Amino acid sequence: MAARASDLLTLTPQGLYCPGGNFHVDPVRPVDRALITHGHSDHARAGHQHVMATAETLRIMRVRYGEDFAGATQEAVLGEVLRVGEVLVTFVPAGHVLGSAQIVIEQGRCRLVVSGDYKRGRDPTCLPFEPVRCDVFITEATFGLPVFRHPDTAQEVAKLLASVRLFPERAHIVGAYALGKAQRVMALLRQAGYAEPIWLHGAMERLTALYKDEGVALGDTPRVAAADRAGLKGAIVLCPPSAIQDLWARKFPDPVTAFASGWMRVRARARQKGVELPLIISDHCDWDDLCRSILETGAEEVWVTHGQEDALVHWCRTQGIRSKPLHLLGYGDEEGDTATEGAAEPAAEPA
Amino acid sequence: MNRFADLIDRVGYEPRRNGKIRLIADYFRRTPDPERGWALAALTGALSFRHAKPGLIRGLMEERSDPVLFGLSRDYVGDLSETVALMWRPPGEAPSGQADGAPGPGHNNPPADGPTLSEVVHGLASAGKAELPGLVANWLDALDEIGRWALLKLITGELRIGVSARLAKTALASLCQDAERPITADDVEHVWHGLEPPYRSLFSWVEGCGERPENVNPAPFRPPMLAHPVDDEDFAKLEPAAFRAEWKWDGIRLQAVAGRDGDGTPVRRIYSRTGEDVSAAFPDLVEVLDFEGALDGELLIVREGRVESFNVLQQRLNRKAVTAKMLVEYPAHLRVYDLLALDGEDLRELPFDERRRRLATFVTGLGEPRIDLSPQIPFATWDELAAARADPASAGAGPDADAIEGCMLKRADSPYLPGRPKGPWWKWKRDPYLIDAVMMYAQRGSGKRSSFYSDYTFGCWRDGPAGPELVPVGKAYFGFTDQELLKLDRYVRNHTSQRFGPVREVQFGPDRGLVLEVAFEGLQRSGRHKSGVAMRFPRIHRIRWDKPAGEADRLETLERILSKGETEMHPTGTDGGET
Repeated sequence: MAARASDLLTLTPQGLYCPGGNFHVDPVRPVDRALITHGHSDHARAGHQHVMATAETLRIMRVRYGEDFAGATQEAVLGEVLRVGEVLVTFVPAGHVLGSAQIVIEQGRCRLVVSGDYKRGRDPTCLPFEPVRCDVFITEATFGLPVFRHPDTAQEVAKLLASVRLFPERAHIVGAYALGKAQRVMALLRQAGYAEPIWLHGAMERLTALYKDEGVALGDTPRVAAADRAGLKGAIVLCPPSAIQDLWARKFPDPVTAFASGWMRVRARARQKGVELPLIISDHCDWDDLCRSILETGAEEVWVTHGQEDALVHWCRTQGIRSKPLHLLGYGDEEGDTATEGAAEPAAEPA
Repeated sequence: MNRFADLIDRVGYEPRRNGKIRLIADYFRRTPDPERGWALAALTGALSFRHAKPGLIRGLMEERSDPVLFGLSRDYVGDLSETVALMWRPPGEAPSGQADGAPGPGHNNPPADGPTLSEVVHGLASAGKAELPGLVANWLDALDEIGRWALLKLITGELRIGVSARLAKTALASLCQDAERPITADDVEHVWHGLEPPYRSLFSWVEGCGERPENVNPAPFRPPMLAHPVDDEDFAKLEPAAFRAEWKWDGIRLQAVAGRDGDGTPVRRIYSRTGEDVSAAFPDLVEVLDFEGALDGELLIVREGRVESFNVLQQRLNRKAVTAKMLVEYPAHLRVYDLLALDGEDLRELPFDERRRRLATFVTGLGEPRIDLSPQIPFATWDELAAARADPASAGAGPDADAIEGCMLKRADSPYLPGRPKGPWWKWKRDPYLIDAVMMYAQRGSGKRSSFYSDYTFGCWRDGPAGPELVPVGKAYFGFTDQELLKLDRYVRNHTSQRFGPVREVQFGPDRGLVLEVAFEGLQRSGRHKSGVAMRFPRIHRIRWDKPAGEADRLETLERILSKGETEMHPTGTDGGET
């Protein structure tokens, strides 16, 4: 079986490659044929000849890169089995961001799942992860250490709202990634009963409009004009992480700096970014969910693409599951391990 | 415990000094005795628990977790207490995420019946070594992530939340509502050393319900006066005639205080710069404090009339027990430069010149060989002083020059002010040594540098059997800016050639690798290092992205520094100087 799986999917400088279907999954450089799991820029890059992805992911890529981001596109319908060359391909919800999907690749009796990025926590803005039984499960390990155990998101949003009540004279500047995290925070705020306008940095606008267009209820989300800033006492303002320490953020009334990310679990990470109000809200699995998901797939073999692969590979082996790290460069590098997200890579889409 | 945990959690994220003071003061107001008193003790570093050591905590976690996962987690988080706080699972706790609903107690949800701070303090103080692990484990089971973190920080005595003892005392003083007779942090400082936690009388006084506690400590600590580093531009604004200069000794700043208690028994104490009572480490000095007053000076090792270098002094420091042999081989000496009080009179308001005059008279009168006066350096212009700083041996320091790390400038008219006031005192450190070395290994840092590859081992070239080879000569983990750290971290990740657990080897060779300009204060021969040398206080001075690795320095450069001695080799006039 192992030999079959490694024939089904191999590693090239462009990323994971399926010879039987002659396609790459989430390639980091332009290729002829790409299957894309989700719209974050480290997975979905412009310049491929042919791109297959969910309708939402294709829309996201169009918004980010323009209409001509690929030579041709093909929409993948969730759950529909497609023949690509000699293999069968199915897109299955991954629960990461709007449109995100796992990609199931089958040939003969061997089934392999490329999960892309995924999570199990509550998210009103996208379909939940569906575990797929498979022989080989290819997983990320962004939060692949047992210190990462995310709290309930409602608790974290309550922390933000409590701070807004405590400091009605201060603006709350919440750093959140423009795709997925920002909209999830907005949706969670609405679920918590927050009815005030949620102010947006310009960089958040187009993707938020796309979410609304897809039917995600986010309420009133005006864009912050430069002149508005000084008047926004007690307001919640969402901006990209790189903006929280910008001069832009300093123009608000006595701003409280918040950041919504799984990294906020580690104090030093929050302090390195000058965050006063860490909100532990992640679009990735925590340790428990990674382990649970692996067991639910029933996979005999696990490949770990990026993140804290050492620990997850070790854990798999203690469970009698064959496992290896792929050391893929180019994914999550900006998000994760470097602790440099935002500042160094403006296009990054972390955690 | 939960309320204390909540306090230090919030204070740790609060960047503003006034914000911290408000949070702490608010906690003091809302929290009853003795809880708040123990909290004050924790914040001021006044608590220490003999048997509770990081090893105990590590042991507890190792028993309950996979050692590989624990090791990787510890390496990633960069803090033992935080790692254990996050990894710990109370018995019977369900894995997270299952329901994503209301969390059970213990996971992001503080149980209501957790231990109080007082219970923890009393428990730690009274439990025997054998009972301690069980006790701590039970507490950990009864708290959640933040509570466990606070408990472990308390036990290990390292809160590291950006609160100094002084700040905690300032917060305490701010409880005073009496506008007519306000209480300041200095007032708190004055009574502080006579008091014991949980400080009921202190709180009662500050809140206006009780008398000022009598300072029963006849040998109190007085917050020291500190100096700012002087920059080249500063000299244009400074008038040489208004200043006095002394050598800056490369020792340990101490305050030696002696007095008599109520029944006339002598009380003698030696304090560190931060007010820690370190008398027990220096019985040979305590013995000779035969006076009533307070001296500010430098701890040095003097043998046969000659001041030894810091390398020698280090042999005497950080030892658990002071042996008779050590007292003979490493005799402690106090070289004094200020007199803060004498025979019941507080001298701190007097101008420096006047204190110095009294100090000179006092030292002569004392006639104790272990206590002598730090000499002044005569000078008329800054250029003259610069010459003395460049060559202390010829400027009067003679063989003691090895223990000198620059000059101190003190305004002749300056009173002795606690803290670091800008203007009256300056330190003018000598220039460091500089070498160009090649980065060889990197490791993740801790604390502020947690999860960044921020600890770098670097090497110099030497001739090996197969041609030039790099030999590690030192390790540095600071000196760079936050922006540079981002770049260095990225460099390490993108140029990793091998991984050894937490250590990454980076690519290096004659035609590849990153050159680091390393600054250091001194060199010592060392059998423990492959290169045979050990650097003192090495730090990254500049990152030479432009320089080919093959052009980095050779080991011989270090050998030359060792053999030539310090005064001759000081690279004055280098482009740096900004250390």
